[in-house]
Amino acid sequence: MNVTVIDYKAGNLTSVVKALRHLGAEVTVTDRPAPLATAERIILPGVGHFAATKRLDETGLTPAIREAIASGIPFLGICVGMQWLYAGSTESPSQPGLGVLPETIERFPDGHEKVPHVGWNQLHPTGDSRLLAGILNGEFAYFTHSWRAPMTPATVATTEYIQPFAAAVELGNVYGTQFHPEKSGETGLKILKNFLELVG
Amino acid sequence: MLTRRIIACLDVRDGRVVKGIQFVDIIDAGDPAELAHRHAQLGADEIVLLDITATHEGRGTLLETVRRTAKSLFVPFTVGGGIRTADDAAAVFDAGADKVSINSAALANPGLIEDIGASFGAQAVIVAIDARRNKEAADPVREAHVYTHGGRRDTGRSVVEWAIEAESRGAGEILLTSMDSDGMRNGFDCELTAAVSESVRIPVIASGGAGTVAHFAEVFGRGKADAALAASIFHFGVSSARALKEELNQLHILVRLPC
Repeated sequence: MNVTVIDYKAGNLTSVVKALRHLGAEVTVTDRPAPLATAERIILPGVGHFAATKRLDETGLTPAIREAIASGIPFLGICVGMQWLYAGSTESPSQPGLGVLPETIERFPDGHEKVPHVGWNQLHPTGDSRLLAGILNGEFAYFTHSWRAPMTPATVATTEYIQPFAAAVELGNVYGTQFHPEKSGETGLKILKNFLELVG
Repeated sequence: MLTRRIIACLDVRDGRVVKGIQFVDIIDAGDPAELAHRHAQLGADEIVLLDITATHEGRGTLLETVRRTAKSLFVPFTVGGGIRTADDAAAVFDAGADKVSINSAALANPGLIEDIGASFGAQAVIVAIDARRNKEAADPVREAHVYTHGGRRDTGRSVVEWAIEAESRGAGEILLTSMDSDGMRNGFDCELTAAVSESVRIPVIASGGAGTVAHFAEVFGRGKADAALAASIFHFGVSSARALKEELNQLHILVRLPC
């Protein structure tokens, strides 16, 4: 099982890489576009600010990711990496996302509850999903974020915080999780394993 | 629904747990990596490793300890103690921590919160505050002071104001330790925890004073804590985070179960 992890200097990659290695994957970390063309699978992690994705444009990674996705390579975005799959985010309106999903990422509405949403919350799978195969309704995952994706036909799991939002998405060979599977115990490892077993 | 977190804390000196957790079938103090895994297996939602090493040699040991502990730990992992610069934090993240906890270094240089957040994201920065009620003030809770040096030195700063400043500088969470309650087993300082939690939008982790399961229920209720640090509770009849959470569940506190 080979997987290529994209390093775009947004947070640390150690946790994702060690979880993948724990599952027996051969992990390549790259900050260059070239290795993506021959990748078996690609993961775009990310913590922090949506503006950090600007670096994907500046380094030529964005078109390389677009080509990799078009060629059918399984692609997983985690947290900000998932949010970047959308058209953009109100967190950084001048920075476009990849636009594979047409909606815009918005901040949780202000109100009684705290924002950010930090901690363990439940996943509610909404139907058939390769990424979430074997995940039961109510299993817990670890979240840490203030912006979230709306529920759309691509949503394969919802989570409730203030309102229901998209916890995981799936569109063809493109996958995303708002939560951190690498920090979500056995549930998270199962999801990463599912991804590693996908064949492009 | 979002659950309240039970965070297991390990105090480590020179690579060994010094004030730790005594499970029935585990000899006390021991290897941090082993104890961290044990806690995660027994239902802890997160692990915090606080390094109380004073020596330079010990600092080197810390990174190796973090590396070994993080290697097969798949719940959030925080490391605190002696992180004075963004480079110190970077080394700890590189060794496998997900968050760092900074305390006196942030007081001395509040810009450190921004520096670490800029590279690793706000969610990765926990500002730890050691607090004591201000018994001479009209409102001892609202005017509680920030202390350093294990609660011996009064900085004169207001706890609530410092928490608000830490949030505005980009802290992801506040770890609030009541020095009045710490080690007393009489319960968390719920009034102080609530005062801080209601003043910020970021999560507040309560620490200090837990002696019974009821104390956790109180701090999640009246104290409005988002998470609670559990260390010595495991000395006093609660065998694991799972056992603690099962009892909290009976008291209608939302926790991650099964875990």
